[in-house]
Amino acid sequence: MFPFIFEWVWDIGHLLFFGGFWYAVGILGAGMTYCIAKAAWDTMNDSGESHH
Amino acid sequence: MDAALIPEGAKRCSFPKFMLGIAIVGAVLLWGVYAMLLCWFKGLNQTNMNDYYGFALWIWADLAVIAVGGGAFFTGLLKYIFKIDELKNIINFAVIIGFICYSSALLILAIDIGQPLRGWFIFWHANVHSMLTEVAFCLSCYFAVLTIEFIPNILENRQLNKVPFFHHLAHNMHGVMAIFAATGAFLSFFHQGSLGGVAGVMYGRPFAFREGLLIWPWSFFLFTWSAAAFGPCFTLLVTRITEAVTGKKLVKDNVIHLLAKISGWMIFTYMIAKIIDTWYWAYYTAPGLGFELSHFYTSNGFYGYWILVAEVIVCGVIPGLLLINKSTRENPTFRLIAIVLAVIGVCINRWVMVLQIMAVPVMPFDTWALYIPSWQEVATTILPVAYGIILIAVAYRYLPVFPQELELNRRSEVRES
Repeated sequence: MFPFIFEWVWDIGHLLFFGGFWYAVGILGAGMTYCIAKAAWDTMNDSGESHH
Repeated sequence: MDAALIPEGAKRCSFPKFMLGIAIVGAVLLWGVYAMLLCWFKGLNQTNMNDYYGFALWIWADLAVIAVGGGAFFTGLLKYIFKIDELKNIINFAVIIGFICYSSALLILAIDIGQPLRGWFIFWHANVHSMLTEVAFCLSCYFAVLTIEFIPNILENRQLNKVPFFHHLAHNMHGVMAIFAATGAFLSFFHQGSLGGVAGVMYGRPFAFREGLLIWPWSFFLFTWSAAAFGPCFTLLVTRITEAVTGKKLVKDNVIHLLAKISGWMIFTYMIAKIIDTWYWAYYTAPGLGFELSHFYTSNGFYGYWILVAEVIVCGVIPGLLLINKSTRENPTFRLIAIVLAVIGVCINRWVMVLQIMAVPVMPFDTWALYIPSWQEVATTILPVAYGIILIAVAYRYLPVFPQELELNRRSEVRES
């Protein structure tokens, strides 16, 4: 899972598998961080403009 | 307290009646939980698995719920990436069904590994040569996607939405949902495919083995295709059941017809590919490995040609034709028959690709292994159904799941009052 774990090998298999995994986790993490940070910002500066 | 949580203007049954229903289904749930705890505390000797037959009944359930849960990723793809806006009226429910299916799949895997406390090993000490590792990665990540897609609907609860932070969070999550939906489609493509790929690469099991493209056997693509094709039928089926139970129309016909039409064409094209795949396997792949087609469907008391006909013709071609034909698609009875057959069809496909594979004799001294599951396997397989019913009941009662519900039922409620 991480390069510091003893089985880790710098080969194409590990790069593809974990590249895809961390890519997906990265998008989800970044997306949620953005949503939560923006929600906090919007709450502090509540303009009442958000409707859906 | 209860009334304050119900969506504004929506009519729900009384709280005692609701709780009675939950208690009845909850009893079934507890039965499943008891069986699950037996498997965890006493071990997998609670099942009838052995060294010869290593797939319990719940592995079929696992693949089946993942297949029918495919409605969530495909509907999300259509709504957020292909911008088919009508589907906004059913996407919440598709996500809830997907959430139930995938959480059930993960629960089943947690039971199946026997040692759930070591579940994290598959990430930490990953075998990068295993398609099932890819499945575990994508399944976990896609469950996170479904959770993210479900959260805005929860935050739109009448009381939660009054909290400014939650209100803004739900709004912001809606704004970037296309990114999450695209990630979900990416993850689904790979884990649905790899579940089929696992069967297709088993060259020691000629019933399952398929040729393919590069490292991916044809079953990889067929599994993804079938999940996208049949998943929306399950969404439509559960919507129809929910409408029957609540006695209300919840989604407009044009939305149902559209999703049924898309699903119908997906099923029809999938069935063409499936028939070609089956024909090629029967006439070239299996004989090339020393097996005639009859070997897989005779000399046993259960698996006959009937299962092939049921999967491909009765529960494949027929629902596909019923759904692509406008007159049958828009006829409620024919549509219901089609979606029920389609859901049965994809479940048979997963059964065949998981359990029949293990049953077919391979070596000359082998015999058919007709597996009888233990009651613990049956209970843990029914457990997700009870959990799903409870979650849908709670979500329907307290969340604005169906945007068209008030409009569709206003007239009848005014008439009643």
